[in-house]
Amino acid sequence: MVEFLFYIFAGLMVLSAIVVVTARNPVHSVLWLIVAFLNASGVFMLAGAEFLALILAIVYVGAVAVLFLFVVMMLDVDFEQLRGNFKKNLPAGVALGILLMVELVMLSLSWRVVPAVTTASSSDTGVTNTEALGRVLYTDYIVAFQGAGLVLLVAMIGAIVLTLRKRDGVRKQNIGVQVGRKISETLEIRSVKSGEGIS
Amino acid sequence: MMLIPTTHYMILSAILFSIGIAGIFLNRRNIIVILMSIELVLLAVNVNFVAFSQAHHDLKGQVFTLFILTVAAAEAAIGLAILVIYFRARGNVNSQAAHELQG
Repeated sequence: MVEFLFYIFAGLMVLSAIVVVTARNPVHSVLWLIVAFLNASGVFMLAGAEFLALILAIVYVGAVAVLFLFVVMMLDVDFEQLRGNFKKNLPAGVALGILLMVELVMLSLSWRVVPAVTTASSSDTGVTNTEALGRVLYTDYIVAFQGAGLVLLVAMIGAIVLTLRKRDGVRKQNIGVQVGRKISETLEIRSVKSGEGIS
Repeated sequence: MMLIPTTHYMILSAILFSIGIAGIFLNRRNIIVILMSIELVLLAVNVNFVAFSQAHHDLKGQVFTLFILTVAAAEAAIGLAILVIYFRARGNVNSQAAHELQG
């Protein structure tokens, strides 16, 4: 049963990946990328990486793929013009892909996992995958974990700085000026006689 | 739970990796699809990491998969931000037209 599921997930993943790179419309590419990620999530689940499977579904499908979708739909791009030499590139691209695939598959088939290498399992000690991962991540890999956080912070600030722009005709807050305003600058008290207006 | 041989995971990873690389060649003009192809390549690497993590009963593979996911997300965010400002400046996302830095 599990094997059956694995081949379904793997087959769907490969098919959707092919559609991602060949689709005419990038919106379809993004949607098929989501399918590929969900199937990868299934493969991860079968491989015993439950936490990563759910992270892939939540972070990738929920955030990264939606980010792609936003950008693709926001930018008014003429995609047909970008596809110009797709046909011309097709033979070379497919040939290169098949060559690379044959090489990697031959390497995979000649690979032997030495049984002696398998060390004592940290996932067989009765704790869940998430807990086991946390125990390793927050102790042995704490520096790398903090580094990953730093990478995300830099990426966030970088994305904001890159896309921020000054636009004319937009009213922005200037807290110092607004708070430092005095009553005398904005309000004037006059006594108005009845029957007369204020000029 | 060792029902599926590691070799099959590796073959799946190899196929995905090749599709990603071929996608970069096929869509040389469209930066959006190139970024998506890079995501596919990183996903292939992640599949390999998870498969070996299972084969060796070692969680290091999953930890590194987590870091790859982090870097891939950061890369996608920065890449798309660059794409947006490039589109603002040029009005298209044709990577073949980006030759201003060649001097």
